[in-house]
Amino acid sequence: MSSEWPLWEIFIRGQHGLNHRHVGSLHAPDAEMAIRNARDVYTRRNEGVSIWVVKSNDITASSPSEKGPLYDPSNSKVYRHPTFFDIPDEIGHM
Amino acid sequence: MYAQLVKSEGSKSREDMTPEEIAFQDRIDRNEKIEPKEWMPEGYRKTLIRQIGQHAHSEIVGQLPEGNWITRAPTLERKAILLAKVQDEAGHGLYLYCAAETLGVSRDELLEKLHSGNMKYSSIFNYPTLTWADMGAVGWLVDGAAIMNQVPLQRTSYGPYSRAMIRICKEESFHQRQGYDIMMKMCAGTPEQKAMAQDALNRFWYPALMMFGPSDKDSVHSAQSMAWKIKMNTNDELRQKFVDQTVPQAEYLGLTVPDPDLKWNEEKGGYDFSEPDWSEFFAVIAGNGPCNAERLGARVKAWEDGAWFRDGLMAHAAKAGERARTARHAAE
Repeated sequence: MSSEWPLWEIFIRGQHGLNHRHVGSLHAPDAEMAIRNARDVYTRRNEGVSIWVVKSNDITASSPSEKGPLYDPSNSKVYRHPTFFDIPDEIGHM
Repeated sequence: MYAQLVKSEGSKSREDMTPEEIAFQDRIDRNEKIEPKEWMPEGYRKTLIRQIGQHAHSEIVGQLPEGNWITRAPTLERKAILLAKVQDEAGHGLYLYCAAETLGVSRDELLEKLHSGNMKYSSIFNYPTLTWADMGAVGWLVDGAAIMNQVPLQRTSYGPYSRAMIRICKEESFHQRQGYDIMMKMCAGTPEQKAMAQDALNRFWYPALMMFGPSDKDSVHSAQSMAWKIKMNTNDELRQKFVDQTVPQAEYLGLTVPDPDLKWNEEKGGYDFSEPDWSEFFAVIAGNGPCNAERLGARVKAWEDGAWFRDGLMAHAAKAGERARTARHAAE
């Protein structure tokens, strides 16, 4: 038989109140084992309080070639940033 | 350095590059990171697979010389520490295999190439660990040499490799310190224990120098790899840095570096030292070191003996998945 264990992407919440963050990937036969392996590979020194595992095959990613059409339009919309607006000094912090 | 003699592909002058290749080199020169799905020259991809793969293999095979002493560690505390260190090496191997896999090679392919001898691991792990002092020498010298190489690699151009190196470097300092701690203990012990520490240094000094690979004048693949920023310093630069850092540490221990020609050179601001025996290095790389057969044999045996277990877990996962689907259908 000998089929390779599927690849899982591992997300870890480093501390309470923070988002889960992608930390890497590993192979495991199923989700339960993926979590156990992730604990051993990615949280040996208290790096996490929660683990998500997602099969790599189930992730859909944007393609690098779409970079222009996806992200360029926001370049011209400087008014979306608060720094675009001049607020008089006497108004104070806003 | 855990990757030695990595054959680099390509090496083109700018005039011979395609527009795509020029744009790629410009990105690297601007210190942009290259990510998995982005365009890259085939040579860049292949060279990286070789280098990261060899690095990963070194971490995994590197568990064996130290694993040799886990059951014979002198105290329970030393045993727990060594166990944690060896477990780290497994983790480092896994980070690196994952980075290599983002380049389109599978884990099984990489392992198959290791087992068949088509991919190498660092020459250092083909030396035996004869006494407890060797655990000190390995942590101090071997991990020390690895750190020299790995710290600059955190800035390497390939994103997944760089991120793996950052994780690894965070953990390596523990490894080197635990080794030096063993050496300090041995050197403050009985004359027999100190002699054991000296003997370990004698045996590991030159093999540690070999970890950086052959001298720059004989290292044919460096230029392209450095242009691609998958090699950040030359072999001789790193070796010099390692010697300069390590000699005072040996002096502190009251040990003698086994090199009669070792001498501080005021002018260059570093030590002059003897080159290792490069014929020995090439013999070990070619498979004729003291422990090559034993190390590779242990890896192949572990892989083959574990096949039924890996397959069993896959069969269990398939059945459990099937049961879950059937149960969902029944409920609908």
